[in-house]
Amino acid sequence: MSLSLADALAGIILVALTAYVLLGGADFGGGVWDLLATGPRKARQRDLIAHAIGPVWEANHVWLILAVVLLFTCFPPAFARMAIALHVPLTLMLIGVVLRGSAFVFQSYGGGGGRVFAIASLVTPVLLGIAVGAVASGAVGELGAGSGEQFYGVYIAPWLKPFAFAVGFFALACFAFLAAVYLTLEARDRELQEDFRRRAIGAGVAVFVTAALGLVLSPHAPLVERGLLAAPWAVALHVLTGCAAVTAFSALWTRRYRTARVAAAAQVALILWGWGLAQYPYLLPPDLTIAAAAAPRVTLELALGAVCLGAIVLFPSLYYLLKVFKGSSGVSVP
Amino acid sequence: MSDLLAARSQMAVSLAFHIVFAVIGIAMPLLMVVAERRWQRTRDPVYLDLAKRWARGTAILFAVGAVSGTVLSFELGLLWPKFMEVAGPLIGMPFSLEGFAFFTEAIFLGIYLYGWEKVSPRAHLLAGVLVAVSGAASGIFVVIANAWMNTPTGFTLIDGKFADIDPIAAMLNPAAFPQTLHMTLAAYAATGFGVAGIHAFLLLKNRTSAFHRHALAIGLLVGAPAAVLQPLAGDVAARHVARYQPLKLAAMEALYETRACAPIKIGLGIEIPCALSLLAFRDPNAVVKGLDTAPREEWPNVPLVHLSFQVMVALGTYLALVGLWAGWLVWRKRDFAAQRRFLWGVAIATPCGFIATEAGWMATELGRQPWVIFGVLKTADAVTPMPGLVVPFTLFTLLYCALGAIVAWLLYRQIVRSPRSA
Ligand code: HDD
Ligand code: HEM
Ligand code: HEM
Repeated sequence: MSLSLADALAGIILVALTAYVLLGGADFGGGVWDLLATGPRKARQRDLIAHAIGPVWEANHVWLILAVVLLFTCFPPAFARMAIALHVPLTLMLIGVVLRGSAFVFQSYGGGGGRVFAIASLVTPVLLGIAVGAVASGAVGELGAGSGEQFYGVYIAPWLKPFAFAVGFFALACFAFLAAVYLTLEARDRELQEDFRRRAIGAGVAVFVTAALGLVLSPHAPLVERGLLAAPWAVALHVLTGCAAVTAFSALWTRRYRTARVAAAAQVALILWGWGLAQYPYLLPPDLTIAAAAAPRVTLELALGAVCLGAIVLFPSLYYLLKVFKGSSGVSVP
Repeated sequence: MSDLLAARSQMAVSLAFHIVFAVIGIAMPLLMVVAERRWQRTRDPVYLDLAKRWARGTAILFAVGAVSGTVLSFELGLLWPKFMEVAGPLIGMPFSLEGFAFFTEAIFLGIYLYGWEKVSPRAHLLAGVLVAVSGAASGIFVVIANAWMNTPTGFTLIDGKFADIDPIAAMLNPAAFPQTLHMTLAAYAATGFGVAGIHAFLLLKNRTSAFHRHALAIGLLVGAPAAVLQPLAGDVAARHVARYQPLKLAAMEALYETRACAPIKIGLGIEIPCALSLLAFRDPNAVVKGLDTAPREEWPNVPLVHLSFQVMVALGTYLALVGLWAGWLVWRKRDFAAQRRFLWGVAIATPCGFIATEAGWMATELGRQPWVIFGVLKTADAVTPMPGLVVPFTLFTLLYCALGAIVAWLLYRQIVRSPRSA
């Protein structure tokens, strides 16, 4: 099996999704910790979260848009099918995105809305995970667009499944985990750092529990199950993911936060890539492959060109942004 | 409400909401950069104050623009999956480029808003310039996609299927240039006059405020030239419409019968003889196609398109006149703040650019009906099969009403808190 141009673009979409999870996901996780802020340092925890998210969330958010745009450019039938079968969870997710983003700025500019920000941060990742879970379970694939079934059968049943919800809660746990780990590095004093260290460890446990739940339910996603358990690369992937998880935990335990950050990000990224590999060569299992969904060759070539061109502009800018805000302390809100 | 109508209404509400923030997102960075540059040159603290206050307001508007834009990129598929399935490979190109423009915009906006003390003054100003440039670029890319819906090119239809796809030719479609030019100018005209108008109004109450004087001057610097050029760009657009979408032109002008020496109707039954033929084809005797050239079921909603178009042109004429007035005052070296009538004229112009923008889009989008891709795909064939679309339509409408109210309240607080005397 050789990699085609379409495979490369599908890989790029997965890269964009990974970046969204690692960067934007942590912003959602921050909202979760805002909701769960407790103890004597409640207000300071919230402040830290707001300062950490403020300068970067809009840039982090664009990764999702990039993934969507590349999906409809390069794999239009897949986009159309998902948009039909997952109309309901995607619409709810969009409402979450709107509420979260706008409540966040309203709050930073003294307009209130902290509650809305926090609750939307809790709900949106679950919906995103549900959509991914529905795709992985093959529920979006077999459906012919608008087959004349009942409303429930076509628009609700594909995602109202234990497996999809397990993936949803897993996504939430991952986002909260990433956020807590990153926040240990943002915190400028020890007490706050300890707060988020404890939270990171707790969220790490939640990641394990929800992952186990997903695995138990994975017979509902036969392709993913087969890939994750039986494929030749599966063992290597599990070992790598396991290593990353163990490293993240022990680094948190011993307060080596920089190591913990790298390991936690690697762990989550590997999980995503495991999903991608498990369902390869299908874009929407069980029947729509990457090759079958691909747009004409010219479009793919141009899209690849645009991505390369964009990357030349994007990466230095992104590096500069992170250097300015994540390199030192003390963000000043205008 | 039928599902098709609900889908169209949801699209219209979402776009009409987003466009306000998009227009501000394109032009406001330019105003901030001008203010900051003037501060760096003159060290007049009022300019710094202006740049910072504008930045605060823009941060709120930008965030709402970003989230409502995200909704749109999903909605294209959620509401019009068949459209995206065929159009994706052709107009994905500008959307992908737009994606990268958003990145630079969001990144440098973060640096601009939060980096006043973190980067050098030069780097800060440069970040502002990059936000302004990438904002304009993202607007241009997305309008290119829309222009393709009006004048689709870059493919051949074989048995109703798209073949010989050429995304570059699709980007270079005939409507792309007139529409992007007109839209970009619209952003500067609407925002420039929006800002100038608010400060003109406040100047009327407090003549001596240096803060409001400077703000008025910068708003006019950006808004007035754009508003003066806008009718010319509109004329270019109209001639393209006459050529490529004659039925839309007929609807805009409510021209029911094909005729030579076609007049322009400017309301209240007043007509300018032969003006339409002259404007559209540079020949007073040219034949202009009327609505009678097409069967009735292919007509767009003529009264609405006609009304929207007239509203845009009327407001555009007003803005251009105020722009010329401002130019005349500058030329005669008069002080804006001393011209009471002029200040009123500008204050009245505050919402005009935004209303004209909304009206212009209504004319463009409604005028294209019943087609979503002109002459190729009917809107009714593109809509999602999902029933019950009135529910998401209602949800989003309520959501946007609430957001709009909150944004208005936050901005009002900002303005009320502006310095009384400085
Ligand atoms: C500040 C805003 C503004 C102002 C003052 C004007 N317009 Fe406009 N117009 C727009 C904002 C706009 C717009 C919202 O930006 C549109 C919608 C689509 C587009 O590309 O631009 C538009 C579309 C649009 C179209 C349709 C293009 C198409 O369907 O492809 C025509 C023919 C005109 N305009 C003509 C004019 C004329 C003759 C004006 C003279 C005063 C004018 N506009 C002022
Ligand atoms: C520039 C990119 C734009 C794209 C790609 C786009 C795309 C679309 C699509 C796919 C539809 C649904 C099909 C149809 O009813 O024709 C639509 C409808 C509509 N759009 Fe746009 N649009 C754009 C810009 C705008 C803007 C900025 C407005 C601002 C107000 C607007 C106003 C509308 C309206 C009013 C409808 C509903 C049409 C109807 O009710 O018949 N569009 N647009
Ligand atoms: C179908 C039509 C449209 C789609 C799908 C769309 C999509 C988007 C998306 C996804 C964003 C968020 C980017 C971010 O997170 O920074 C956005 C923001 C923006 N859009 Fe749109 N858009 C549409 C119409 C328009 C039009 C007609 C214009 C202008 C002419 C425009 C100009 C902008 C600008 C300047 C921003 C930056 C954010 C801001 O200024 O508030 N968009 N749009």
